[in-house]
Amino acid sequence: MATSPVLPKLVGTRVKRREDPRLIQGKGTYVDDVKIVGMQYVAFKRSDVAHGRILSIDTKAAEAMEGVEAVFTGKQIAEFVKPMPIGTPFPSPEHRVVATDVVRFGGEAVAVVVAKDRYVARDAADAITVQYETLPAVVDPEAALAGKPTVIHEKFANNVAIGPIPGGTGVAPDGSKVDDSAIDAAFKKAEIVISQRMLNQRLAPSAMEPRGVVAHYEAGKGTMTIWSSTQNPHILRTFIAMMNGMGENEVRAIAPEVGGGFGAKINIYAEEYVVAGLSKRLEMPLKWIEDRSEAFVATIHGRDILGYVDLAAKRDGTVLGLKLRLIADIGAYNMLLTAAIPTLTMLMANATYAFPAIRVTLTEVFTNKTPTDAYRGAGRPEATYFVERAMDMLAKELKMDPAEVRRKNFIPKDQFPFQTHMGAVYDSGDYEKALDKALETANWAQLKQERDKARAEGRLMGIGLSMYVEVCGIGPSASLPTGGWEHAQVTIERDGRITAMTGASPHGQGNETTFAQMLADQFSVPFEHVTILHGDTGVVKQGIGTFGSRSQAVGGAALNLAGGKVKTKMAKFAAALLEAHEDDLVFEDGRISVKGAPAKGKSFAEVASYAYIPVPLPPGLEPGLSEEAFFEPSNNTYPFGCHIALLEIDRQTGEPHLRRLVAVDDAGNLINPLIVEGQIHGGLAQGIGQAMIEEVVYGEDGQLLTGSFMDYAMPRAIDFPRFELGNTVTPTPVNPLGAKGCGEAGTLGSTPAIVSAAVDALSEFGVKHIDMMLRPEKLWRIIQGGQA
Amino acid sequence: MAKVSVTVNGKVRTADVEPRTLLVHFLRESLNLTGTHVGCDTSQCGACTVFVDGRSAKSCTIFAVQADGSSVTTIEGLAKDGQLHPLQEGFWEEHGLQCGYCTPGMIMSAANLLNDTPKPTETQIREGISGNFCRCTGYQHIVNAIQFAAGKR
Repeated sequence: MATSPVLPKLVGTRVKRREDPRLIQGKGTYVDDVKIVGMQYVAFKRSDVAHGRILSIDTKAAEAMEGVEAVFTGKQIAEFVKPMPIGTPFPSPEHRVVATDVVRFGGEAVAVVVAKDRYVARDAADAITVQYETLPAVVDPEAALAGKPTVIHEKFANNVAIGPIPGGTGVAPDGSKVDDSAIDAAFKKAEIVISQRMLNQRLAPSAMEPRGVVAHYEAGKGTMTIWSSTQNPHILRTFIAMMNGMGENEVRAIAPEVGGGFGAKINIYAEEYVVAGLSKRLEMPLKWIEDRSEAFVATIHGRDILGYVDLAAKRDGTVLGLKLRLIADIGAYNMLLTAAIPTLTMLMANATYAFPAIRVTLTEVFTNKTPTDAYRGAGRPEATYFVERAMDMLAKELKMDPAEVRRKNFIPKDQFPFQTHMGAVYDSGDYEKALDKALETANWAQLKQERDKARAEGRLMGIGLSMYVEVCGIGPSASLPTGGWEHAQVTIERDGRITAMTGASPHGQGNETTFAQMLADQFSVPFEHVTILHGDTGVVKQGIGTFGSRSQAVGGAALNLAGGKVKTKMAKFAAALLEAHEDDLVFEDGRISVKGAPAKGKSFAEVASYAYIPVPLPPGLEPGLSEEAFFEPSNNTYPFGCHIALLEIDRQTGEPHLRRLVAVDDAGNLINPLIVEGQIHGGLAQGIGQAMIEEVVYGEDGQLLTGSFMDYAMPRAIDFPRFELGNTVTPTPVNPLGAKGCGEAGTLGSTPAIVSAAVDALSEFGVKHIDMMLRPEKLWRIIQGGQA
Repeated sequence: MAKVSVTVNGKVRTADVEPRTLLVHFLRESLNLTGTHVGCDTSQCGACTVFVDGRSAKSCTIFAVQADGSSVTTIEGLAKDGQLHPLQEGFWEEHGLQCGYCTPGMIMSAANLLNDTPKPTETQIREGISGNFCRCTGYQHIVNAIQFAAGKR
């Protein structure tokens, strides 16, 4: 018998990423690296007013420039590109891919140029002159709800996009019946009520690679190939086909290397429709690459939800009820999932607690700003922030330990699956364990001493703590307009190598590594023998994509299922070859052999070869080893955790310094702890960024004041302490891997923990709440005796 | 058009470019060296960082004509004889990248830092790469990667 090396089990280990060798040598191919013979470049002329009626557009100078192929106004584009489709069932105003009559946010496209290179295209766009009748800009979402200063979309009175939608205790799932008795009773019984208005401010997702698209319509074949920096090429294919009157079988969408997405690259954007539509019309390959300045206005923003929180409690810290009134400033239009994101804030308002009653109402409002949509966390950080800040305020008011107030109100671990007031069924959880692990990791008692010692020295030091639970692994098909499954195909090639295809299209998550780890273990073959293909609808038959921390929980599970199917078939071939029963076989170290008789076996490659040259063909079997699977999860997953922050504020300047950040996260079973750490770190960085320095700011005239990296504070290495991580493991029962997802976790607990730490640090000034971000000026004013 | 001649990764490259052509576009478009990326238009992000005459420089802030006669090293020129540069090794070992878009510029800046300060403290590392943005990693694994490379020298 041939001896084969013993293969280590890879699932659960820190395998180095196989994506890295190409990326660290500059050999990755991002969309701007794609070049096609005869390709021309597209540039957009964008509105420089926030709200205005287009009076005239003069394109003559642009058309006359050498190297300009064509110029189109919005009206001309509208002749062949339909208005923007959306992915939610909510009512939506017409949204032209390029504005035709009225512009509704600064940066909305008004004309398009096609030219021989990007420099000429930009020059020509700049040479277009547009006359506007400036209209009043709607900037303040609460004034907007009174129709002030104007109404943006005729059919949406008082700028109300949706709502108010009620949810929670006493509200029928379809909203048809609203019974206030439980929530009213909770507040009647209250011994203490915490009330606070909080803003979860607007952010710019800012993937380091801006968006970009290359479209190549081949008239001879009637096919379109589109490369885009997208998180979901299959969804892109569906929409591009629909918008161009083509079949999905005539469109191939490719997500090459994608330089970060963070939710912002889920959307199918106007530029994708325009570039594809123009490529078809002009019958030439076209490229458009977003400038960073364009990204700040033309790529969706995240968050921007106002929360009015009321928390009713007893003096022993037991919460009786939560009221949350949400006003989401969604900007000028509905994008793909815009309307749905704040509904996730509603869904997660139950947080980690067994509150007796909850009532949430949500109103979404149009303003003259860039539309919002999914940004890492997407609705869940907002819910976490509102509830956890209120819990912290309750603890402060009662002079209780913030950890103990939480502990008193947790959903007990024996209550899972847990039906929440908000309609979610939490799959599994042990919140007390995560809290205890975080307190232990931070050394809570010592942390408090450290704070008190610093205070005794006159320093402004504070600690903050936050629990979180999020909804991930989205989800059953009922929860997504595209379907909530994921697809995979696993092929054992003739030589025993494995090719696997996944619809989960990564943009930095390292799926090529984690998925190969799983399959290598499933078949007990070398890691190097497994190839993962993704991001190309011409290769991967079906897919949904990567968002909502679903790659592993849904995409990984689909691969596991497809792998299981092909393994079953391979065992039948091996059984025929070994004259054994398939149930008696083991796959071990690159061999398939009879259990207890390792000498009676064949190499993996020998069995694979037999499956493709099946002489004789075992009865009831087709030749070949390739199987596919669609995994439909029975539920979402609900990862959770606890984050703790230690923050110091400079008494002289108001400058905040994050001294420590402890994060304990429970993402269920982990496939690759190294990659999970990276995901947690990245989420923390974005959460800390939101708490401390990031904010999209508009002027009263609707002009974006933070329109470049000179004005929008992107976190730098020097802005962070070394993160201290811990984890607990509570597997989910909703998928065969027990994995819950970890991509967004870091953004949830870190923000309220940091703001609570800042409030704690400034407690001597009697401050109860500070809105993000923690601008030094704001903190300095509090120190000087003013208000936040 | 202006004629420029630049030694890139050890080879003399000559091309006719518009005088306003940025060095990064000369590298990416004229020479097809697409490892150097563009992440902003205000010289903040550092994705385009290369070496010009032995010092790191943001290639979006330099015209190709300004680099005439210079020696430029890009990410493609860092590995020697199939051997990864210690920083490349460090980024791989320590999971110093996720999407990889900022990585070439980050590695070039880190190389400059280690040239100036072979054994940097963690704070020196964090300050040294603060001209380069990464949105994925939270920088901790990047710091580890640079420490790994410093430890190999």
